[in-house]
Amino acid sequence: MTIGTDHAPLFADVLFWMLAVGSVLAGWRVFRADSMVRAAYWLLASFAGTAGILLLLHARFLGLILLLMMAGEMTIMAAFMVMFMMNPAGLNPMNMVHQHRTAIIAGVGAFLGLAAVGVFGEFPARPLLDASQVTADLGVELLGDSMMVFETAGVALLATMIGSIALAAHRGRFGPADEGSEPPALVPEAETVRPGDSRDEEQS
Amino acid sequence: MSLEILLVVAAALFGIGVYGALSQQSFVMIMMGLEMMLNGAILAGVSLWYFSAAGSPKGQLLAIVAMAVMAVEAAIGFALVINIYRVRKADITEKVKALRG
Repeated sequence: MTIGTDHAPLFADVLFWMLAVGSVLAGWRVFRADSMVRAAYWLLASFAGTAGILLLLHARFLGLILLLMMAGEMTIMAAFMVMFMMNPAGLNPMNMVHQHRTAIIAGVGAFLGLAAVGVFGEFPARPLLDASQVTADLGVELLGDSMMVFETAGVALLATMIGSIALAAHRGRFGPADEGSEPPALVPEAETVRPGDSRDEEQS
Repeated sequence: MSLEILLVVAAALFGIGVYGALSQQSFVMIMMGLEMMLNGAILAGVSLWYFSAAGSPKGQLLAIVAMAVMAVEAAIGFALVINIYRVRKADITEKVKALRG
């Protein structure tokens, strides 16, 4: 089955193969790049390929929002990579892996298993026929029957924002976060020593 | 382009993500592996929506939920990375082998 009522089928097929191969190759380069910043941008390239395939599948809203979201997220991730990077500028080969053989076996196994499901599984053949109303239908669905799902996702994102700020804030619940917590006393009656308290005692 | 090919591409992206999440030592690189797995999941979901859901918008809704999961995972993951770096000065998994403060 060819895709795209508004594209020439051959053009859509060639574009699809370029996007698909590019997306997988870029995904592979993520874990082979010598610089972690480059890895972040390879991941962005992989997501851009997926977003292009989504656009070819007429999921225009999803494709564009994926591209938009990933462009922002990978920019933030690149900043994190600079902060946590052991190998600035990627001048030296970087090979920070552990349990490499197990990981390769698990990755290849996951690929083969899922690909087997995709190739040999039977899925209902009910393709999208009218692509003109896809985005409008999604909007009506989001603000209609599935509003609870949409709202729940929104509240979950709000809770995530609060949680991530609470986790990342320097001032923790029991004093400054970089001092860590101290192990509680082993005697049940003993008072639990908190980092802030112990510091006060040392000062006095 | 067919559903089978799309699902194989999605499986390849997921497999690369599994490899990355299991093999990388750096926390941030592990998160990239998780993102790559979700990349494959979104592609598979939208492919099935296109070929098997008769254009029902609920298929796209599932992809939006997967994207929300991706945003939540990234935000909480980064916050945890910062927190664990402050407390332990650790940026790779080998440095946090024990659950103690």
